[in-house]
Amino acid sequence: TGRLPNSKSGDGKPRLLLMGQRRSGKSSISSVVFHKLAPSETLYLETTTHIKKESMHSFMDFQVWDFPGHLDYFDPIIDTENIFQEIGALIWVIDAQDEYLDAIQRLNTTILNLHHTYPTINVEVFVHKVDGLSDDYKSDTFRDISQRVQDELADHGYDNAPVSFYSTSIYDHSIFEAFSKVIQKLIPQLPALENLLNNLCQTCRVEKAYLFDIMSKIYIATDTSPTDIASYEVCSDYIDTVIDISEIYGWDRPAEDGSAELLETGNDDAESLVVFERKGSHYLYLREINKYLALVCIMNDEGPGEKKALLDYDVRRFQEGLKEMFPRTDRDVPPTEGAASGQPSG
Amino acid sequence: MNSTKRHKQRKVLLMGKSGAGKSSMRSIVFSNYVAKDVRRLGATIDVEHSNIKFMGNLMLNLWDCGGQDGFVDNYLTSQRTYVFGSVAVLIFVFDIESREFAADVVSYSNIIRALSENSPSAKVFCLIHKMDLVQSRLRAQLFEERAAYIKSASEGFAETVEFFATSIWDQSLYKAWTQIIYQLIPNAGAIESLLNELAEIIDARELILYERTTCLMVTHVTRVAETSNPFIDRFERISSILKTHKQSMARHTGIPAGSANFASLQIKTGRFMFFITRLTENTNLAASIPASEQVFNSARVNIMLVRPKFAELDIAAKTRPAIQQA
Ligand SMILES: Nc1nc2c(ncn2[C@@H]2O[C@H](COP(=O)(O)OP(=O)(O)OP(=O)(O)O)[C@@H](O)[C@H]2O)c(=O)[nH]1
Ligand SMILES: Nc1nc2c(ncn2[C@@H]2O[C@H](COP(=O)(O)OP(=O)(O)O)[C@@H](O)[C@H]2O)c(=O)[nH]1
Ligand SMILES: [Mg+2]
Repeated sequence: TGRLPNSKSGDGKPRLLLMGQRRSGKSSISSVVFHKLAPSETLYLETTTHIKKESMHSFMDFQVWDFPGHLDYFDPIIDTENIFQEIGALIWVIDAQDEYLDAIQRLNTTILNLHHTYPTINVEVFVHKVDGLSDDYKSDTFRDISQRVQDELADHGYDNAPVSFYSTSIYDHSIFEAFSKVIQKLIPQLPALENLLNNLCQTCRVEKAYLFDIMSKIYIATDTSPTDIASYEVCSDYIDTVIDISEIYGWDRPAEDGSAELLETGNDDAESLVVFERKGSHYLYLREINKYLALVCIMNDEGPGEKKALLDYDVRRFQEGLKEMFPRTDRDVPPTEGAASGQPSG
Repeated sequence: MNSTKRHKQRKVLLMGKSGAGKSSMRSIVFSNYVAKDVRRLGATIDVEHSNIKFMGNLMLNLWDCGGQDGFVDNYLTSQRTYVFGSVAVLIFVFDIESREFAADVVSYSNIIRALSENSPSAKVFCLIHKMDLVQSRLRAQLFEERAAYIKSASEGFAETVEFFATSIWDQSLYKAWTQIIYQLIPNAGAIESLLNELAEIIDARELILYERTTCLMVTHVTRVAETSNPFIDRFERISSILKTHKQSMARHTGIPAGSANFASLQIKTGRFMFFITRLTENTNLAASIPASEQVFNSARVNIMLVRPKFAELDIAAKTRPAIQQA
């Protein structure tokens, strides 16, 4: 699986480093995205005082390192080699509601320090907390920040630095969308995945198909038709609906008469279809692909009933294709480490 | 008011200090607002009336009473009999963050007194609201303390008053409103026995009848297989899940949230099947059944067959079909 450009040795798990000023929102982001904390509950988070490393065990394993805001990453007592060698992406969080010149300054120092040793690191800048800003102010701030970063780097002779910018907030889907794009860069199989999804869309006249990481609701791939945040949102919300209901009724019931339980042994995959009320309007289809991934499709057609058989068939083929691509996502492979067991652990 | 005799009109007063969250909860439960939309609401001027058609012959006549002192004084003096006459339910909202809790309770007692003079048989519910602002480990104790204090100021209603801890940010709001509304449905018994029969016929583990616009549960039937379901708060959770789902779809399709609805939803796993279907004009039926296509197919047929019986119990059936638009 995903060997990363910069990875040399070690466990080969890509790392996402969350860095930025104190109170910029790093811990909130990691709690909301990976621990499903309600955004309003982040008000009670305590300041991070040491590097918090978490292993995520999902369709691929990766780590999230949450840094304390005040840490000087290039202080000689810190083992930079150890921090950056396995890096997948450096996510730099900037509080858009606060003074950000210092943050930009530190970001640039970091980039300049790193780019000789690790020239291919992806730097991902989250212009964060944009929920509090008016639309105009939001886009101005976004432009200002990206401009300043690029200009300053260029002044230091570093042109076209691999830095991307996202405007994010934990109060809406933007943070998940941003993470999706960050993670997608770390998946070597992305083009092949997109191909599979394109095929599915064509044969079944699916309008938009997303492959989701169920736990985080990051999408790891989508077909190559234009993406808009609205369709991502409705699909992502739909996963919630299915998961929430499945949690309620999927409890471990004592084998009643055994009849139902024996059907389709080993198939706990959820499958769901929702039809909107208006004729000719959209409907949604969801299918769990394995323990970690779910496929969600938006379709715009009449009579989903007849097409469902075709869809089921093609989705099964998609599932096969995927299995070859990600052999380790097979549900039978046990987690290799104690720390990594389906749930994020601290 | 008597022209609509075929409906049971029930007058519900929503009271409490200004800013306590009355209009917020009303907008979320009855007008398809999502929690963060309520920041747009301004203070309520005087009383805002709304009529809400509900399952089972019930018409809610909700009075959202602006809580600013001037208005409250009027309710208690010049408008006393008008406001407090023929009340079925008083819902009093306390803001947990209020710095003048004692004063809030004094104001509550004044209202309780006016109510007992004019509608002694009314039912009182107190919602201790904005619980999300309290750290979760402190919630239970604070709630108990406040409830005990308020109870002691409830005079003639002290024995019957019920308390709920609520927040617009979680499903606690649904729990409170479901129980309040249930007490108002005049033919709940008839609906329940019909639902029971249906559950037997289709071998359902659980059936939930809920009102379509609010997603509030009207009633439910739980059979053996589901009785030990560990999620005892699942009914309000389901209300909240479905409401959220509806809103999400409305955003996506651009249909106003009020009219967005799904025609059907089904979920199938190795352990259960769950589906939702339209039952009557105002209600949907959610069913949890064993994971079997056979059971599912027979359930669909049987539900189709009982639909007319349920329709008779629903409000729309009482109006003449000729006047109804299709
Ligand atoms: N944190 C939190 N805030 C809430 C909650 N419910 C309402 N609010 C906030 O409380 C404020 C006042 O809400 P309203 O619903 O307008 O208050 P009201 O009781 O109708 O006030 P009047 O109409 O003046 O009597 C709004 O800013 C809401 O956002 C809640 O459960 N939690
Ligand atoms: N308005 C808003 N506040 C946020 C957002 N993300 C985080 N916060 C708040 O910012 C504060 C600091 O967050 P925290 O995660 O502790 O910052 P850290 O020091 O970078 O880890 C908390 O009070 C969060 O509730 C956001 O997207 N919007
Ligand atoms: Mg109001």
